[in-house]
Amino acid sequence: MSENIKTVESATCTFCGCVCDDMDLTIDMDEKKITKAKNACILGKAWFFEHTIDHDRPKAMIDGKEVPVEDAIEEAAQTLTKAKFPITYGLSDTTCEAQKEAVAITDLIKGCIDTTTSVCHGPSGMAFQGVGESTMTLGEVKNRADLVIYWGGNPAESHPRHFGRYSVMPKGMFVPNGKKDRHIVMVDVRKTKSAGVCDQFIQPKPGKDFELLWALRALVKGKKVSKDIEKITGVSLQTIEELVDRMKNCRFGVLFFGMGLTMTRGRHFNSGALLSLASDLNEFTHFVAKPVRGHGNVTGADNVVSWQTGYPFGVNFSHGFPRFNPGEFTTVDVLSRGDADAAMIIASDPASNFPKAAIDHMHRIPIISLDTKQTVTSKLAHVAFATSTYGINTTGTVYRMDDVPITLRPAFESPFPSDQEILVGIRKRVHELVKEKRNIQSGASA
Amino acid sequence: MTNELRIANGKVYDPANNIDGEVRDICVKDGRIVDSVSDSATVINAHGNIVMPGGVDIHCHIAGPKVNLARKLQPEDHRLDPHPATEHTRSGTGGIVPSTFATGYRYATLGYTTAFDAAVPPLAARHVLEELHDTPVIDKGYYILLGNNIFLQNLIKEGRKEELTQAVAWWLHASKGYTCKLVNPGGDEPWKGRKNSNVKDIDEKSDEFEISPRTIIDTFIDVASELGLPHPPHVHCNNLGHSGNFETTIETMKTAGDRRVHIAHIQFNSYAGEVGKNPLSAGREIIEYINDHPNISCDVGQVMFGKSTIMTADAPLAYMLKGYTHAKWVNVDTECESGCGIAPFNYQENIYTHALQWAIGLEIFLLSKDPWRVVLSTDHPNGGSFMSYPKLIKLLMDKSFRDEEMKRVNQKAMAKTFLGELDREYTLSEIAIITRAGPAKCLGLKNKGHLGIGADADITIYDEQDDKELMFNAPRYVIKSGHAVIADYEFTTDFYGKTLHSTQEYDPAIEDIIRPFFDDYYSIRFDNYAVSDAYLHDHEFIPAQKS
Ligand code: SF4
Repeated sequence: MSENIKTVESATCTFCGCVCDDMDLTIDMDEKKITKAKNACILGKAWFFEHTIDHDRPKAMIDGKEVPVEDAIEEAAQTLTKAKFPITYGLSDTTCEAQKEAVAITDLIKGCIDTTTSVCHGPSGMAFQGVGESTMTLGEVKNRADLVIYWGGNPAESHPRHFGRYSVMPKGMFVPNGKKDRHIVMVDVRKTKSAGVCDQFIQPKPGKDFELLWALRALVKGKKVSKDIEKITGVSLQTIEELVDRMKNCRFGVLFFGMGLTMTRGRHFNSGALLSLASDLNEFTHFVAKPVRGHGNVTGADNVVSWQTGYPFGVNFSHGFPRFNPGEFTTVDVLSRGDADAAMIIASDPASNFPKAAIDHMHRIPIISLDTKQTVTSKLAHVAFATSTYGINTTGTVYRMDDVPITLRPAFESPFPSDQEILVGIRKRVHELVKEKRNIQSGASA
Repeated sequence: MTNELRIANGKVYDPANNIDGEVRDICVKDGRIVDSVSDSATVINAHGNIVMPGGVDIHCHIAGPKVNLARKLQPEDHRLDPHPATEHTRSGTGGIVPSTFATGYRYATLGYTTAFDAAVPPLAARHVLEELHDTPVIDKGYYILLGNNIFLQNLIKEGRKEELTQAVAWWLHASKGYTCKLVNPGGDEPWKGRKNSNVKDIDEKSDEFEISPRTIIDTFIDVASELGLPHPPHVHCNNLGHSGNFETTIETMKTAGDRRVHIAHIQFNSYAGEVGKNPLSAGREIIEYINDHPNISCDVGQVMFGKSTIMTADAPLAYMLKGYTHAKWVNVDTECESGCGIAPFNYQENIYTHALQWAIGLEIFLLSKDPWRVVLSTDHPNGGSFMSYPKLIKLLMDKSFRDEEMKRVNQKAMAKTFLGELDREYTLSEIAIITRAGPAKCLGLKNKGHLGIGADADITIYDEQDDKELMFNAPRYVIKSGHAVIADYEFTTDFYGKTLHSTQEYDPAIEDIIRPFFDDYYSIRFDNYAVSDAYLHDHEFIPAQKS
């Protein structure tokens, strides 16, 4: 290890939606490597330690050949401006500053903008539009919650510090004894590692979340539920009644939910039932709910797209103003139908996890990719940019899963430009090209 | 391109400088008003036009988490009101809670050039600044919610006044706020802490903190004057929206004694009658108190019929309204700082309470003796959209129009008000006061709301028309910081205004007292809380104004 050591305190880990901002990093500046990440969980450590600069990787490539960044920006701008139905997708692993540029470009080229939300908590977003949400910042859970229910998720493995930082262990203002002052319930079709941490585990039959939630709602509302409910959901009426009792009599209750609820049969109906249950309970006590969101800044992407367009994801600008229609303007659908004729993919790798029809279409159209690592998507891209990593190499704003914005503290510089820098370049050039196009169409001389 | 401009021969309304419809020239250089410009200056022939300073909105909700949640909540509303891009401007969506770009452009299309968001939890200040940056044309600032801040309540309870003053200064600094906002002071703890209830009396002490709303209000008024904040505490009174609440409002104003205080959207706090029953008007009682007390300023929070969105840090109030609407409802508790409630709403002419609220707001306007202190607002989007300001102006300027409108609304409600007896018609000069000069003065903005030498060149030029709604709906020119953003009714350029803040100096020793509280009770680190100057972008510091 070299002598050239730097420390960064209170840095933020952007690996999962917990966005822990208490990382104390030790950096070997000669090696350009993070050697210690105090407070990081196993996933966070991997995120920090495995981050190295790949000097051999070209900053920009067109059709697999290294080119100057400026040339790649020009080609990307030309490609996007020429397209009739361009799409922009991804954005969850980059800063809000970059996300803003991506929306601006999509507005100019009259394309579709969509984020990874459409394949994770999109149904929660749609449920929110239907019924609203009683929710909170995570500090309220730490300070007040005496009943915490997880539904359809495995935070112990997906968000390792969720229990420790916010919901199970921490001592809070009104729960001074931490875990002792709380009752923790896990509802999941599988008995995962998370269940071990909880006081109570409830295992419904797969695909029966909605029925179970609806039975809970009915009982909360004072309606009768038949004993048959056990046959339908796999959970006995007595267990359901006891849970209702607990929910109505806690001081501050929380329902956290994951993709085990949103992406199973029922989708936004499931999320809607859960959000409604939490709202209903406010007749008896204080109750809140929150999706446990995945990627570092997927919440930021929702926020940016919402404030700039009015809609959270799946937005189309082809009429010159934003329109929203999940199922029509969401990326999987646009690609699977074969509609898009160019795509800009930022900080995500759809080519490795989208349905086959969508991936097949990605092979047929020019792709522009911005990514920190080589991915399946960047390999098939017409224009591929290698960018620096947010939170490790660049600053910027990131939203935690509870909408709390945090400024990143980078550890060391990267020779690669940030997503934002590339996108600013593309936006400026696209702006010029659109203007030229407009002048030609209106017959004005440029 | 020259940066000099002459607006020639307009009929100028500049009440701060005692100019009432005189035909004269206004000269602009480098974004400021000057007494003369060279012959090469661009000339706008404003003959037959009305020239006023740009409008200043003292109380609206246009940025940050609650606004964004309200946007996300109502796709059906955006769908009906698209906001297309132009050659110069970004696209967006409108409706009762427009997207950021649409918000900025639409304020401009009413001739407004400055707006203050009235309720920001400091934990969300970064988010607010990001949204405000994307809100074009206007200058903007915000008030930070401190009336339910747990750390500060503990200091108040323990009587640690000097530390409290420093802590407030630190919070303003950390969040880049403009002044303190108190919303239903003391009401968050009963809301979040088990009961979903509320404080009901200004002297009721909370179980947890053993202090009353009156103590909180009294203390903040002192702290604000000690710090010389350009705008005094901006107070959303306790019991807002409940019948009989005018007594709480009067008590709140009495608490101030002869110290400065601003009462927000006072219409919602001017109800007589019994709790739980239909309200009656106490508009006269409220406005008489204000007329007699020059230390008090307020904005009206006029209700306008049609769609609104309740969006408030008074979370129990939003919950109460959910009980009426049975529609979607959002609640957001912000750790250690604030609550928040959102509920789509619709004010209907035929409903008694809504018609009464509409009438009370107008009564307050029409009985106000000092328009400098009773300024125009709809508490956007709570009482209605800011886009309804032109219609509100017409209601104030045109008695016959008002009479016609009165016939369309619930007559039982009208019978309980004295609106029909009020003959007053606001003059153009008075409109210029309640929409520009007055709010600027209340805010302590010396360069805004007037057209004197040195003022910011924020200028609106309207065609003179009999129908004042039409006139105020479509300015011919809007000049922001000397740039003609709208010329001959069209956007000619994109322009981003600046952030106005009163960020305070503070004694760094206070950080050692605040830090341990963060370690124990916040979910983010103390060192990650304060917002860096980079988020201010283009900005202006409004200095302390100690009397
Ligand atoms: S919980 Fe998530 S954000 Fe926190 S350290 Fe682990 S991976 Fe990083």
